[in-house]
Amino acid sequence: MAQFPERPSAWGGLATLLDTPQKRYAAIAVILVAMAVAPYIFGSYGTVILTNALLYVLLALGLNIVVGYAGLLDLGFAAFFAVGAYTVGITTLHFGLNFWLALPLAVLLAIVAGVVIGAPTLRLRSDYLAIVTLGFGEIVRITARNLRETGGASGLIGIDSPWLFGWHIRTPLDFYYVFCVLAIIGVIASVRLANSRLGRAWLYVRHDEDAAEAMGINRVKVKLAAYVVGAIYGSIGGAFFAANLGAISPESFSFRQSVLILMAVILGGMGKIPGVILGAFIVILAPELLRDFGDLRLLIFAVGLLLIMLFRPSGIWPARSKR
Amino acid sequence: MSLLDLKGVSLSFAGSKVLDAVDFSVPAGRIVSLIGPNGAGKTSLFNCITGFYKPQQGSISLDGTETLRMKPHQVTQLGIARTFQNVRLFREMTVLENVMSGQHSRTRAGIIDAILRLPSQRREEAEIRRIAEECLSFVGITEGWEREATTLPYGWQRRVEIARALATTPRLLLLDEPAAGLTSGEKEELIELIRRIRNERDICILLIEHDTGLVMRLSERVSVLDHGVMIAEGTPKEIQSNQQVIEAYLGVEEDALDL
Repeated sequence: MAQFPERPSAWGGLATLLDTPQKRYAAIAVILVAMAVAPYIFGSYGTVILTNALLYVLLALGLNIVVGYAGLLDLGFAAFFAVGAYTVGITTLHFGLNFWLALPLAVLLAIVAGVVIGAPTLRLRSDYLAIVTLGFGEIVRITARNLRETGGASGLIGIDSPWLFGWHIRTPLDFYYVFCVLAIIGVIASVRLANSRLGRAWLYVRHDEDAAEAMGINRVKVKLAAYVVGAIYGSIGGAFFAANLGAISPESFSFRQSVLILMAVILGGMGKIPGVILGAFIVILAPELLRDFGDLRLLIFAVGLLLIMLFRPSGIWPARSKR
Repeated sequence: MSLLDLKGVSLSFAGSKVLDAVDFSVPAGRIVSLIGPNGAGKTSLFNCITGFYKPQQGSISLDGTETLRMKPHQVTQLGIARTFQNVRLFREMTVLENVMSGQHSRTRAGIIDAILRLPSQRREEAEIRRIAEECLSFVGITEGWEREATTLPYGWQRRVEIARALATTPRLLLLDEPAAGLTSGEKEELIELIRRIRNERDICILLIEHDTGLVMRLSERVSVLDHGVMIAEGTPKEIQSNQQVIEAYLGVEEDALDL
């Protein structure tokens, strides 16, 4: 059967590389230890950058479900990120709500926003969806800029950091570990979704909408589910982002953010979880690593991205391992 | 008692009539063929039955339930499955995953069930897999389930497509030119398979086919469509000697119907 290519899985080539449980446990242990000790190696500035990278891992995993699994081009993903952040900001500041109560509220609002935007537009072809999501992203940002409740252009400041069973999550190191946990949960949820009835349905619809319908799959509902899962990821990222920084402003949720998250997904390899994680790290770390080049760093970064897309159009992460 | 009933179905695209007041029915428990020259509207009729096209007039019902305004996935859920003229398996997915798609509308696990991997979700997954495996075995594909479906030999892909349709547990199976591109040996196997689907699974069959030899051997009823009009209906013997049918075929292709 060797002559038949294996199907590319959500794991990319990792499943064949780590073919025994021992190897897998070893790999997981190495990753966990590396995550635990990283802040002590990279110092306080490095920890802040890594925290940001982990936030992007979470956001990119969410967008990956929309773009990578369901094949829907979403250019306004930062809107869900904003809904999460502003819900936590407003409810904790103005209504004195506990962070852990604000969090589910943020998720709920993001789901509502996802359904409101998705339900009418997911019937359209993907190109139109891209335009609508682009508009939605801008609407959310501009609304945040102009409302009194959202603090206008200067945003919200003094958002409380949360307590968890007597642990006050407040230092950058605390938040680093919180985002580690979030990213891990995000990965597990993504993998489980990919290997489920719904995960398969996303792929069916992406590959052939008509054949999927003929198999009894409601394509609008399935796409909406992807959109909603993406919104949940985005809003959780946003909620913890707000709690971490303690201050948010509309410019944190610009079109540039949406593009950056999308770039992480495409760069690493759509639909491939290790690729998406790698993409998120590259998008955040590369500009930092290129800091020595001063003004040239964004140019170098851009050229690097173009080269990657030129030579690896389906992303950096290999679809299947070469033996 | 007919399972599928079409009455006065008319379909037109931008003013040109594709189907003109078609009356047609599939009796329960039968293997029925729909034949006709190229461009007669056979696949369009399939697309109307499965909800992909919306006829401007008429009524289509399965076992008394009107399906005319239903979406394709609702029609499938009601019990009509189909294959496509040009095989349309899902790319980059395994044979087994392709067939598992059929069970989607018969199962319910959602986002939360999948993330928490609830016992009910795991049971359901196992059941989806069991049914898919059973359907694959039924069509004679007992190995290579983990291969990418579109890399299989063509004849196998056709059978995977039938297995995928069977996995929706239909009452009526629509096959759009199932013998196209098959070798004569594979055609014999197909005839055998279609009979087994009807006899062992009690599924009614409606097929479009150009291979008239196969149609005459397999079908219990034959309907003939020409230029969107149903011109004849009867047993294979009656159709073979029907003057109107012979003319319809001779008018288009000299050797389309070896009578």
